Amino acid sequence: MTLQTKAYGPMEIEQSQLLEFPEGILGFEGYRSFALIDAHKKPFYWLQSTEETRIAFILIKPSIFHENYDPGITLEDLEDIGAPSLDDCLVFSIVTVPEAGPMTANLQGPIYISKKTRRGKQCVSPRDEYKTKHDILEEMASRRE
Amino acid sequence: MLILSRKKDQKIKIGDDIELWVVDIRGDTVKLGIQAPKHVKVFRQEVAEEIEAANQAALSSSVDLPFPDVEDKS
Repeated sequence: MTLQTKAYGPMEIEQSQLLEFPEGILGFEGYRSFALIDAHKKPFYWLQSTEETRIAFILIKPSIFHENYDPGITLEDLEDIGAPSLDDCLVFSIVTVPEAGPMTANLQGPIYISKKTRRGKQCVSPRDEYKTKHDILEEMASRRE
Repeated sequence: MLILSRKKDQKIKIGDDIELWVVDIRGDTVKLGIQAPKHVKVFRQEVAEEIEAANQAALSSSVDLPFPDVEDKS
């Protein structure tokens, strides 16, 4: 199918890229259907609503910039998306690129996507060490040291 | 709004399957234990609000990613 995307205009999307978010994303509960798209720039992805072009989030895998990320999400938390195991899930953080200031990622509200059921949800980490704004480049730099 | 006073180790029951337990009180901080069915979402209010605000901010991100290309080794 052809999907109108926020980042790249009309794009051909495979069925396998389509995801259902039964509860939507926090604050955007009305949007349930998304496509996962590789961004032209690695290591980012786009979570693009198939219902509304302007609803699109930039994603990154936390492991790229944050060591030993463990938000304390359990299989029970993922029951409503039918994930058979934690290993079955892709874990992403939503990225914010502000007009001024550093690009940040939200480690407090990770996105879990079950590869098996192709359903996703935004979880809430119960751990205080994870915030909504982690400076991606700064954390990458400190990992290299 | 119903307002109840509770001491340490006392509980409040909400409906048939939700229990709040005052685990500890120190200074101005109350530690609560919450027993609720899986389908009931429990989290600190400010956390949910912060995540919503972060999602809102993320939507206004520039579509150009000002970032050096990095290989995903994960």
